Amino acid sequence: MSDFLQSDGLTVLLIALTFIIYVLAQHLYKRTHIPLLNPILITIAAIICLLIAADIPYETYHEGGKYIDFWLKPAVVALGFPLYKQLSAIRKQLIPIIAAELAGCVAGVVSVVLIARFLGASDAVVASLAAKSVTTPIAIEVTKAVGGIPPLAAAVVICVGIFGGMSGFQIMRMSGVRSPMAGALSMGTAAHAIGTTMAIESGGARYGAWASLGLTLNGLLTALLTPLILSIL
Amino acid sequence: MVILQLAIIFAFLGLGEIIVAVTGIPIPSSIMGMLALVLALQFKIVRPRWVSGVSQFLTNNLGFFFIPAGVSLMLYFDVIAQEWLAIVVAAAVSTAIVILVTGRVHQYIRRGLSRSTTTDKNNVGLPAK
Repeated sequence: MSDFLQSDGLTVLLIALTFIIYVLAQHLYKRTHIPLLNPILITIAAIICLLIAADIPYETYHEGGKYIDFWLKPAVVALGFPLYKQLSAIRKQLIPIIAAELAGCVAGVVSVVLIARFLGASDAVVASLAAKSVTTPIAIEVTKAVGGIPPLAAAVVICVGIFGGMSGFQIMRMSGVRSPMAGALSMGTAAHAIGTTMAIESGGARYGAWASLGLTLNGLLTALLTPLILSIL
Repeated sequence: MVILQLAIIFAFLGLGEIIVAVTGIPIPSSIMGMLALVLALQFKIVRPRWVSGVSQFLTNNLGFFFIPAGVSLMLYFDVIAQEWLAIVVAAAVSTAIVILVTGRVHQYIRRGLSRSTTTDKNNVGLPAK
C-alpha cells in the first residue's frame, strides 16, 4: 500500500476520480437544477476534501492535474470558432454591441478593483478579482499576466457565475434592463458560461447565442484591457 | 480528422505564443491565438469544418479543464480567510454593475439607432418618451 502511495498509481487514481466525480456531479445538477450544485464547484470541493482527509499534498494531485490544465489554452483558442460564427450577428448591430461590451467590461474591472481596494484587499487579491466576470480559462490567463493568484481568480469566477445566474434577472428588473436581447447579452458579459446556461433555460437557444456573444467579447476585451486599466488605477 | 483539427488549434496557439514572445505585449498567448483563428476563418484561410468538431468539444467542456486550477485553491485558504469580506462584496456589487451597465447601454443605443432610422425612412418616428 505504501508503495502504491509513492507511485504514479496514486496520481492516475486521483485523475480518474476527478473524471468520475465530475460526471456524477453533472448528473446531479441535471436532475436538480440547483445553481449551487454547480458540477465544477462540487468537483473542486470534493477533491479538496478528499486530499485533506487523506493527507495527500496538492503537489501529488498536480502531477496528474497538469495534464488537464494543459487543455485550458487550446480551449481558449477554440472559443474563436463560436465567435466567428456570431460575427454576422455582430455586424448587424455592431455599434450597440461593441459599446455595451466596452462599457460593461470597463465598468466591471474598474468597480471591482476600486471596491476591493476600498475594503482593504491586498494587491494580489485585487489583481485576482480584476477578471472576475469572464470565463475561467481567460480569467486564469489574465490573472497570471497581471500578477494575481490564478486559483483564487478561478474560484471567484465560478462563484460570480453562480451569483449572476441566480440573481441576474432580479438585478435586471431592478435596474430597468427590459429588452431580452440586452438582458441575455449582459448575463453572458457578467456571468459567463453559467449566466449563458441560465439565459438558455429562461429564454431559449436564441438568447443563449446572445449570452455567449457577451461571454466571448467580454473575455476578449477583458484580456486586452485589464493590464492597461490596472496600470492606470 | 481529429488530429488535423487539433493540429490547427495548436498551430494557432503556437502562433499566439510567438506573437507574445516577439512583441512582449501583456496579453495571454491563447487570446492572441483565438484572435488569429477568428481572422483566419473570416478571411477563409481556415475552413470552419477544419476546426468545428474539436472546437465544440473543447468549448463544451471548458468547465472540466479548470478543475485542477480550482483545486489548488486549497493552497490559499489563509488569504481567503483574511480577505473574504472584500472579495465577496467587491465581486457581488461589481457583478450587478456589469449587468446594469451592459444591459442599459445596449438598450439605450439600440433604441436610439432604431428611432433615427425609422424617422429617416418614413418620417413617422416613434412616440417621444
